[in-house]
Amino acid sequence: MNDVAMRTQPERSGKAAPQAPGGTTREQTMLLTGNHAVAWAAKLARPKFAPGYPITPQTPILEKLTEFQAAGEFDAELITPESEHSVMAACIPASLAGVRVFTATASQGLLLMHEVLQYASGARAPIVVANVNRTVASPWAFWPDQTDSLAQRDTGWIQFYSESAQESLDSVIQAFRIAESVLVPALVSHDAFYVSHALEPVRVPAQELVDEFLPEYAPPHRIDPAKVESWGNVVTQEMFARHRRELAEAMAKVPQLAVEVDRDWARLTGRSWGIVERYRCDGAHTVLVTMGSMCGTARDAVDAMRDEGIAVGLVKVRLFRPFPVAALRAALAGVAEVIVLDRNYSPGCGGVLHQELRSALYGMADAPTIRGLLAGVGGVNVPPERIREFVRNAASYDSGPESVWVS
Amino acid sequence: MRKLEVVEEAMFCSGHAACPGCIEALSVRHVLATLGPDTVAVVPPSCMAIIAGPQPFSSLRIPVYQPTLESSAAAASGIRRALDAQGKRDTQVVVFAGDGGTYDIGFQCLSSAVERNENFLYVCLDNEGYMNTGAQKSSSTPRFASTGSTPAGKLSRKKNLTEIMAAHEIPYAATATAGFLPDLVRKVQKAKTIRGTRLLTLLIPCIDGWGLTDDGGLGVARLAVESGVFPLYEVEDGHRYTLNHARRTRRVAEYLAPQRRYRHLKQPEIDTLQADVDAGWERLMQRVAASEAQAGMTRAAVA
Repeated sequence: MNDVAMRTQPERSGKAAPQAPGGTTREQTMLLTGNHAVAWAAKLARPKFAPGYPITPQTPILEKLTEFQAAGEFDAELITPESEHSVMAACIPASLAGVRVFTATASQGLLLMHEVLQYASGARAPIVVANVNRTVASPWAFWPDQTDSLAQRDTGWIQFYSESAQESLDSVIQAFRIAESVLVPALVSHDAFYVSHALEPVRVPAQELVDEFLPEYAPPHRIDPAKVESWGNVVTQEMFARHRRELAEAMAKVPQLAVEVDRDWARLTGRSWGIVERYRCDGAHTVLVTMGSMCGTARDAVDAMRDEGIAVGLVKVRLFRPFPVAALRAALAGVAEVIVLDRNYSPGCGGVLHQELRSALYGMADAPTIRGLLAGVGGVNVPPERIREFVRNAASYDSGPESVWVS
Repeated sequence: MRKLEVVEEAMFCSGHAACPGCIEALSVRHVLATLGPDTVAVVPPSCMAIIAGPQPFSSLRIPVYQPTLESSAAAASGIRRALDAQGKRDTQVVVFAGDGGTYDIGFQCLSSAVERNENFLYVCLDNEGYMNTGAQKSSSTPRFASTGSTPAGKLSRKKNLTEIMAAHEIPYAATATAGFLPDLVRKVQKAKTIRGTRLLTLLIPCIDGWGLTDDGGLGVARLAVESGVFPLYEVEDGHRYTLNHARRTRRVAEYLAPQRRYRHLKQPEIDTLQADVDAGWERLMQRVAASEAQAGMTRAAVA
């Protein structure tokens, strides 16, 4: 889990990727929002059950899927229960009955699911959920902020953060294969509006390409009158502990598995995202670490600073759960200074990525100085110039455990 | 007295974890026997979840999925749709939920599932309180009943689940109780033939929670029906009413007498409950009469 875990190509995400030999005719370019790219991915993954509940800014995913279904292009049972809680509650036994399951949500909807998110991972139901990162009330707001999904970090779900419409499409399809391989559910998040509603050219693979990549879901254990297997009954203390240890073992397989799955995807499409991406980190004194749409802004800032001869790079965290400790240690080895940009806030703790990274690098020989900045909490705009200021003023920010408010 | 002949496929096994004399175990045994082996059960936290047994044991010969307390109808919807997607459209999905999981915390998702007319049978095992946690009040607990959380007696009335379901125009809603077993079995058989959501409310006198003698459950179940406290009836599509036990032959006081939860009642409260039951019975008779009149007009129009 070192170099192989990382995407090191310097090209910009979201731009035309190199095409795989023979793969060119099996994709077409479409102008899609991030949400519609997710809907295309979900359609191509051929789930058999896709319940949904509307919530801004997720709703276009639900509407696009219902539109596909109405046009006869999406063969899934699609229901619209009265709440996200019931959506997830329906997803779990549907998955356990042996069908592929997809849904999408955001913000309060994900929080409402919280109880049953735990249930899903405990039941080892490999559901894939797309989440649009949006502030959580109160006060009421709709802006990009990752606190909603980061607050689910202990629920036993694999978590990916996506920077672009293309990455969201690719990640949802990859997430099904990863989740179903280890029987752990997966969450793919992208930021409200910056990704969810921004239009980009997206390479959309042909159905046959996705079918080749994603085998039919056929779990050995399932809810089936012919099998008479039951889920959820009371267990002893020892059985519960064993169950959690098995979940831990499955989670531990994910980083390497995600790298392999990403590599397979690259063979078919030419696009690879890694679980951690190093962008212009060679010889970097200072490295920015962040997730989601902030990565795109940080790339612009890095490019501008590199043009000025400043040795700065970016490490993008794409896989957040399980936290890719080994890959991050490798990616940040030899780096003097890290600036974490957190578009989220955990009161009494600070920026979640900041705290996770401190924990991951603790005890590492020659560990970098880590400064955590709460940048963009609540959707506050953080333009490239602001990120350049963060780098210029780095020495003025505390490098202790407290995250620093900068917006 | 005649011996009841019950044709039974053993779907619910002995060795289960119910209390001695439990009417819930008896009721579920007959519901399951009637549904048969091509069935999947959804059992939220409740007495029935305990009765079903801890892992790796099960007292049911069918797959059981235990969802969270508030999500039975949503879980049943998910299983139903997954089975449909696999072409298993004839497999029955049955929910066994308590009144807490139905009238209270599970009510929102039940209403939604009935609105969508999801194809499953929902059996509410109504023992009028949270008996699995030691007999606290639910919104199914009747007026004046003493519970762990209403020691001086509950002040508000019991929700009428069947009427709420009828207002959803559910294909089939019915009340039944093991005190009238052939009627219960017939209703399960009927529900089995109907597609869409079907809901049976089974009155389950609780030995411990109601304060009955170990062999007192069935007798109280019969008194509930004979006094009109728990009328046996069916509603189809929300408006076709059929009364299954037409006469009231007992006073409400006779139903209350064997139950410790009502032991604190004074005569004025007993009179109030009698008046409540009289009024409820009258309203039910009006609905039955309106339904019969409507059917008569339809027959006349066809003729």
